[in-house]
Amino acid sequence: MTAPTVLTGLPDSGLAATDHSDGWNRPPIIEPDGEGELLEVAMGPHHPSTHGVFRMDVALDGERVIRLKPVFGYLHRNHEKIAEGASYLASMPYTDRLDYFCSLTNNWAFALSVEKLVGQDVPERAEYIRVILAELTRIQNHASTIGFLTQEMGASGTPLMYAFREREKILDLFEELTGSRMMCNYMRFGGCRVDMSAAHLASARKIVAGLPGFIDEFEALLSTNEILMARCQGIGKLRPELAINAGISGPMLRASGVDYDIRKVDHYGIYDRFKFRVPLGDHGDVYDRYMVRVLEMRESVTILEQALKDIPAGPIMDPKSKIRGFRPKPGEAYGRIEAPKGELGFYLISDGTPNPYRYRVRPPSLINLTVLEDMCLGESVADVVVIFGSVDIVLGEVDR
Amino acid sequence: MIDKADQIFVLLQHWLISFLPLALQQPAAVLIGVIGIISVFPAIFALTTVFERKGLGRIQNRLGPNRVGPFGFMQPIADAIKSLTKEDVVPSTANGPVHFLAPVGLVVAVFMGFAVLPVGRNMVLVDMDAGLLFFFAMGASTEVSVFMAGWSSRNKYSLLGAMRAVAQMISYEVVLLLSSVAVVMITGSLSLTKIVEAQNQYTGIFPHWYIFTPWGLAGFVMYAIAATAETNRSPFDLPEGESELVAGYHTEYSGFKFALFFLGEYLAMLSISGLGTTLFLGGWSAPFSFLTFMPSWFWFFSKLMLSIFVFIWMRGTLPRLRQDQLMNFAWKFVLPFTLLDLFVTALWRFMGEGLLRWFVCSAILLAAYIIMGRIAMVRKQFGPRSYRYAE
Amino acid sequence: MLGEGILKGMAETAKNFAGSFVSKERLTTVEYPEERIAPAENARVFPFLVYDSENWEKGLRCVACQICEKECPPKCIYIDKSKDKKPDYVGKQQFYPTRFDIDISVCMSCQICVEVCPFEAIKMDTQFELATDDRFGGLLLDREQLAKSNEYYHELHPTEAAEVDARLAEEKAKVEAKAKATEAAAAKAAADAAAKTAAPASPTQAKPEGGQD
Repeated sequence: MTAPTVLTGLPDSGLAATDHSDGWNRPPIIEPDGEGELLEVAMGPHHPSTHGVFRMDVALDGERVIRLKPVFGYLHRNHEKIAEGASYLASMPYTDRLDYFCSLTNNWAFALSVEKLVGQDVPERAEYIRVILAELTRIQNHASTIGFLTQEMGASGTPLMYAFREREKILDLFEELTGSRMMCNYMRFGGCRVDMSAAHLASARKIVAGLPGFIDEFEALLSTNEILMARCQGIGKLRPELAINAGISGPMLRASGVDYDIRKVDHYGIYDRFKFRVPLGDHGDVYDRYMVRVLEMRESVTILEQALKDIPAGPIMDPKSKIRGFRPKPGEAYGRIEAPKGELGFYLISDGTPNPYRYRVRPPSLINLTVLEDMCLGESVADVVVIFGSVDIVLGEVDR
Repeated sequence: MIDKADQIFVLLQHWLISFLPLALQQPAAVLIGVIGIISVFPAIFALTTVFERKGLGRIQNRLGPNRVGPFGFMQPIADAIKSLTKEDVVPSTANGPVHFLAPVGLVVAVFMGFAVLPVGRNMVLVDMDAGLLFFFAMGASTEVSVFMAGWSSRNKYSLLGAMRAVAQMISYEVVLLLSSVAVVMITGSLSLTKIVEAQNQYTGIFPHWYIFTPWGLAGFVMYAIAATAETNRSPFDLPEGESELVAGYHTEYSGFKFALFFLGEYLAMLSISGLGTTLFLGGWSAPFSFLTFMPSWFWFFSKLMLSIFVFIWMRGTLPRLRQDQLMNFAWKFVLPFTLLDLFVTALWRFMGEGLLRWFVCSAILLAAYIIMGRIAMVRKQFGPRSYRYAE
Repeated sequence: MLGEGILKGMAETAKNFAGSFVSKERLTTVEYPEERIAPAENARVFPFLVYDSENWEKGLRCVACQICEKECPPKCIYIDKSKDKKPDYVGKQQFYPTRFDIDISVCMSCQICVEVCPFEAIKMDTQFELATDDRFGGLLLDREQLAKSNEYYHELHPTEAAEVDARLAEEKAKVEAKAKATEAAAAKAAADAAAKTAAPASPTQAKPEGGQD
């Protein structure tokens, strides 16, 4: 049996491992012995743990991953082309369906971009409402992500059911306020559609009061669980340089130790008024991503408590904003927010007509997926599913 | 009266065979015992499936199945009808006879194990002198049928799943045996009835169950871990994990054969719990001396159901271990600890009665557990972490 | 100590298991369809057309302005405008829709049609048990199926309906007040005109009298 040859560079790249000209620090890859063949498997699109219709073409040597190619596009719905044919207002309900777990943050990102395009102001109460709803969305997204991650690890859905129990309360509030649990269609250019009444604020306060107990329960179940630690620590490491170069954003980036939270960087909305911390991880593995999400949930609770205390009375829509006949002047704008999954950005080019000339979504899930292969190389196939779950993607966003 | 209740099944058996001529009475007695086992344990299996689904549901803040029958307790009947009416798909390239015999072999081997379990006072089908040995022999032959299933399917993934399952079962079989050797050392016999009788004594109101001794507790914990792994239950159920690549050795089975695998797995769980109860929890003896008026078989089945609940509880809480982590755990932690437990058992035996042996044995086991646990976690470099916040 | 985290986790699930027998918080199942959760007041599923009086055709508020058809994102509304007019709730003559179809297999419940309607004619219903086995015709609701009374609207969304009614009544009152004002002004103008025609009559009449001398 010959010794395995050590190849450098990724297959097909033709570049040596020492070539850092494009910023990528390539890992050396061990070519299999040449005796056995590589086992090539397609994981998905029908698979219990691929978070939607998604395929991974994996080449295995025994249990180790030699090559991994993500294949997506099964959920492509022409979102950007539809937006070119529809007015700006008509695109708002379509943005709900991008990352269907977090429809309110999608709405906010789009509203922010359009407001940047036309230079519109937003009244204070509307900004507070936006922050409250966005943080509630963040909490339920992170809880669900952790639930799905543990579901894939085989915990029979128990943490998932607990996360969904809390999520139900938040969704009930969304239904009372916006009319729909998931496809909220709530933000408008210049404010929000419906005012939060005292009853809504009371429900929100009740939910927020119950959240620290829930997060404690969650942590007691999971964070010190030795099996979880064994399955998650040291798996799927992402180096900070690679993360920065690949444009990763969100909890994945912060788990690798990079301090970049768009709420603190861009100072959009009124986030400057709230005191909250940004948790960072040191190892960049799956466990760090899980813990960063848990800590972010706690920080969101802090923000919510402050926002619910300080929310002022006032109008919720800028009186100068128009619902119909909205015709922005020609120009372009890129607006981005810290969505629960990462940096969600909308790039709009307007040519003076009611429909945008170009409407481009920068989906965090898609960009975060680009490093999936780098994280999975050399890991066992049972870990691929876990690493994939820790990236936290939603196919609606990846494929648009 | 109390004795009558305790021995009711034995008396029933005697009454039934009294109708037959003397020559046929012995085989008829055995036959009645066999019929008893074949009817009781699958009934408990049916009950277990319902308890599992409802238990998991309650753990997850939801109801389990509750439409079929009162509180859903007729669900196994619906499941049985479903599995019987499903099409039995056999791959054309599969090895026919082996494919057919694999589930049959599994169920037969598991049923054989029940023959030596003392279900109550005087209620053991075959009172062998080496009952424990027989039980483990039958338990090991289940692994053959697992491999037969994987091999005959002619499916790369099934074979991989079968090999992993067999590797796991073999590793933990060693631990299972070694932890029961401790019991044999103290009792001095391989006969299960003698083991139960040795535990059926009371000092004051407390029983002499082996679990209440330091070496017995450690042995029981190791036995429980090994039993979970033997029966492929969570957290050791990677061979049948749904979200894994290889779907396991029973991929190519459908319909009734799959139901037989399911039955075999759950019966194995019941029989291994039964053995654990016999070895460590005192078998059919009552927990307190004032409770001996209740029938012995009642206590045995209660302890059995308690073990099942613990299995279900673990399944609802714990994620799966990866295959290599499973094997590492077996060979590098559980097995050394079990060997240490054997040594401590010997120490216990030769230190004689008194409080000293309690202290010494407990101290050794506790210290060893903490040290080994620490080493295992440090070597793998995992442990609780603290996180920093950005400035 | 190894195993501590596992035991903590198991304690947590045991708490949930025990709690599911005693508290509603720990057993959140609602056994549909025997038990149902009442929809929130603002819930929206598919649109419906509001009509005011007893007769749905006469009282339909929609005036076929076709704004909702234009603004609907998936373009699921189909409207045909009538040729003649009929009076609306303030008495003004308005067009009405001869055909108003909504394809609910396309509708995405975004509520934009409700937002842009200037006449409070289309509102959101909360019925979702609309499954049918006719995939095309069964899911294309026409005018008659969509028309629901104002009382029904009050049942579904009381505060909203009360607000809408108040606004419509205010407008009606304004229109009536304006009508009355114009009427009064017209009457006053007529009286002035009559007075003006009467007043110059006397001097002209007086003049010939003086002239006859």
